[in-house]
Amino acid sequence: MQWDIVIGLEIHVQLATKTKIFSGSSTAYGAEPNTQANAVDLAMPGTLPVPNEQAFRYAVMFGLAVNAEIERRSVFERKNYFYPDLPKGYQTTQLERPIVGPGYVDIDLPNGETKRVRIHHAHLEEDAGKSLHEDFHGMTGVDLNRAGTPLIEVVTEPDMNNAEEAVAFAKKLHSIVTSLGICDGDMSQGSMRFDVNISLKPKGSDTLGTRTETKNLNSFRFMEQAIAHEVERQMDILEDGGSIVQETRLYNGDRDESRSMRTKEEANDYRYFPCPDLLPVEIDDSFIEEARNSLPELPDARKARFMDQYGLNDYDAGLLSGDSKLAAFFEEAVSHGKDAKLVANWIQGEFSARLNAEEKSVADSPITGAQLGDLVVRIADNTISSAGAKKVFEALWSGENDNVDAIIDAKGLKQVSDTGALEAMVDEVLAGMPDQVAQYQNEEDPKKRKKMLGGFMGPLMKASKGQGNPKLFNEILVRKLEG
Amino acid sequence: MHNKSVAELSRDLGSGQVSSVELTQEFLDRIKREDSKYNSFITVTEEQALADARVADEQRAAGNATAWTGVPFAHKDIFCTNGVRTTCGSKMLENFVPPYDATVTVNFRQAGAVCLGKTNMDEFAMGSSNENSYFGAVTNPWGLSEGNKRVPGGSSGGSAAAVAARLIPAATATDTGGSIRQPAALCGVTGLKPTYGRVSRYGMIAFASSLDQGGTMARTAEDNALMLNVMAGFDPKDSTSIDREVPDYTATLNEPLKGLKIGLPKEYFSDQLSPAMEQQVRNAVKEYEKLGATVKEVSLPNAKLAIAAYYVIAPAEASANLSRFDGVRYGYRCEDPKDLMDLYTRSRAEGFGEEVKRRILVGTYALSAGYFDAYYLKAQKVRRLIQQDFINAFKEVDVLMSPTTPSPAFIQGEKTSDPVTMYLEDVFTIAINLAGVPAMSVPAGFVDGLPVGLQIIGDYFSEARLLNAAHQFQQVTDWHQREPQ
Repeated sequence: MQWDIVIGLEIHVQLATKTKIFSGSSTAYGAEPNTQANAVDLAMPGTLPVPNEQAFRYAVMFGLAVNAEIERRSVFERKNYFYPDLPKGYQTTQLERPIVGPGYVDIDLPNGETKRVRIHHAHLEEDAGKSLHEDFHGMTGVDLNRAGTPLIEVVTEPDMNNAEEAVAFAKKLHSIVTSLGICDGDMSQGSMRFDVNISLKPKGSDTLGTRTETKNLNSFRFMEQAIAHEVERQMDILEDGGSIVQETRLYNGDRDESRSMRTKEEANDYRYFPCPDLLPVEIDDSFIEEARNSLPELPDARKARFMDQYGLNDYDAGLLSGDSKLAAFFEEAVSHGKDAKLVANWIQGEFSARLNAEEKSVADSPITGAQLGDLVVRIADNTISSAGAKKVFEALWSGENDNVDAIIDAKGLKQVSDTGALEAMVDEVLAGMPDQVAQYQNEEDPKKRKKMLGGFMGPLMKASKGQGNPKLFNEILVRKLEG
Repeated sequence: MHNKSVAELSRDLGSGQVSSVELTQEFLDRIKREDSKYNSFITVTEEQALADARVADEQRAAGNATAWTGVPFAHKDIFCTNGVRTTCGSKMLENFVPPYDATVTVNFRQAGAVCLGKTNMDEFAMGSSNENSYFGAVTNPWGLSEGNKRVPGGSSGGSAAAVAARLIPAATATDTGGSIRQPAALCGVTGLKPTYGRVSRYGMIAFASSLDQGGTMARTAEDNALMLNVMAGFDPKDSTSIDREVPDYTATLNEPLKGLKIGLPKEYFSDQLSPAMEQQVRNAVKEYEKLGATVKEVSLPNAKLAIAAYYVIAPAEASANLSRFDGVRYGYRCEDPKDLMDLYTRSRAEGFGEEVKRRILVGTYALSAGYFDAYYLKAQKVRRLIQQDFINAFKEVDVLMSPTTPSPAFIQGEKTSDPVTMYLEDVFTIAINLAGVPAMSVPAGFVDGLPVGLQIIGDYFSEARLLNAAHQFQQVTDWHQREPQ
């Protein structure tokens, strides 16, 4: 049987405010447990929440960036359940009146098409603390540093139909919130976490199937794997004539396994009601206008500009505009390196490969955009060969030297591009290799002939002490041999 | 000395007739000697009080005195006091010492007042008789001679009994459904519940957040005004406190009452009220007429729904507010929990008293899926109707007057077996909390030797007018000066 896959996402985005949503504690990541939890965060008796205006500004900026309605009056509610990392015994969140209403995000699909994913709403809420189950000998430790960190939870419509679309949406959202500067985007620290709702229905059917929710996926790769895993699991059940149980599942990315966390019957009754400690939040037009005026360039606009300003193709522009730090790196490099296409190739090639290999982000890169730009200039003006360029890149990366020209000089990487000198070398080398010259000239297959050129290049590079411009050597060689 | 008001003690301290250390010692001695009869204090902070009194005397000597510098008072044990245990009347917080002050605590500290201790109360402010305290019931200083121990009312019964028994000239209190006014009435003292939002709730342990309001209790209206001067004001730590200018509440106490328009809500003079009580209240209203006020009957048509709405909204909020008492971070924790669920259930089952558990259950039920609309939402609609009743009434009159309670202080144990009868104690006070308006209870006579309270209700932020009306009444009556024997 053929199936349609229906996917909706809920994404928790930690807002990059300095302090918590309802208290003055710092939100910085990585401090000693419970050193960033004050009396309010610990839910000491009699303490009260005070809303952080910056969290509202960020939520409004997000709403504007995803073409959404901003609700002028939003209401915080209490979601009641007991858990040790939830100090008050309820989470302060929004339900009936979220701050961001319906909106949408357009995503680019691999086939070149654009797809619109609708956003149902986004609401403000506080994060919980962390329960630490290891290191406590059968007990659980609680770290409340994260408790009260502001989140927006973004809820989409079930508009995605495969893992690729879901991941494309997730990446686009990541790109939007990091471009806005409202989230640091560091998934390894839990700054963005995804819940995936998945259901299957017979191809073409109008009726949605029973869905499951897979919670707390914290990387794009895990999300893609979890979707594939869950789709297969549901398909197996349905094709065996079984039915899907509405439940919340947990996915273990390391083992590619999932298990049920709770079924609908076991779900909590959260007993939501408006939080009487917080008045409804009234947002006026001037607050929204201020937020609108503070919006930076967003990924879609940046991509269009990259195509227009730098003549990049759709693919390159998409890749380089998505991450605001990468985009800034690119622009800095182009301002030095001029040749945008060559800069783009180097960023997507050598540069990205090294970042990935060392698990670094653009922000941690040991080389600057300006340095890469300078390097590209020397490639473009034939000062160095691509092999030489790689050596310069290495020296920059390792911190051996920070100046491209100084490295070229120090390592003697400057190419000889004087055609007269190169021609003399070619004549000399060919004169010393008569058999190979004859063999080449007797070969009728042009492909094989081309291959044989390599046999001359080694001695040529040796003769030029590695400094001959290989491109020019090649041209001269072909002319002499074929001529 | 112990019969003097805050205003008088403040003058005596100012003239050097007495030092704060002497005053503090005298009240500490009285508490030590007398309070075994009343059990009105949970904690007495003798050393700290004497140290504070010495500082106050130095401040007076240095010329840095406010009206409160060196004046003894007490806090209801619901206000967090840094370094001093704060129990809220519960086993759950029997050994809880907060590392922070309530804003109200800070305010009195900054004014130089000397806190002698923490007064007894119904557990988590839930009760109308002070019989729900983990630290034992409080006895009303009135009616002791009959051999029957009577309740002081609740939940601020400790504050009311301590003030009535002259153990302390003034005490803070809180009022969620009548918890200041009802004990004030039953103990023959003067109490004020301000407008919701007038006094910060920060550090005041929550019962029902949308109804809780800190307030004042003393023997005279003037002392209530002095207290409110210290307590009222916007607090950035409490989002529901209101940013509005605080007048000097003593400045208008002597305004004449000529032309004051008094409304008598007919619903509050119903057959729930004994004829003897009604007579006392009507006599008090006559005094106001003599002072130049005019009187008319008004209606609060939805007042009869107040108790039902209150006993949905207050428990609903309480059910969430009290979730933090889970045995994890502070407060009572059961012995040897087997697992997390055991830790939760036994800590809460053992740490909370019966009435608190009853209200948590009621509130949890009212918020549950399938019942939320019928209970919580309906109660909120009723609340809006009640608010509108008061808004309409204050278009016609300046203040409303009624009895504070349907009957005087009852005998301990009389109503403990029937919670609903107990809830009806607050039949005249609860609607005021739902509306959020301010109200006072002022001593206005006796029935069978027991005090009767006159409730004066005002429009939002009309505390100055209420205090003015109460003060003028106290210039021509002496009910508030009567001392229990």
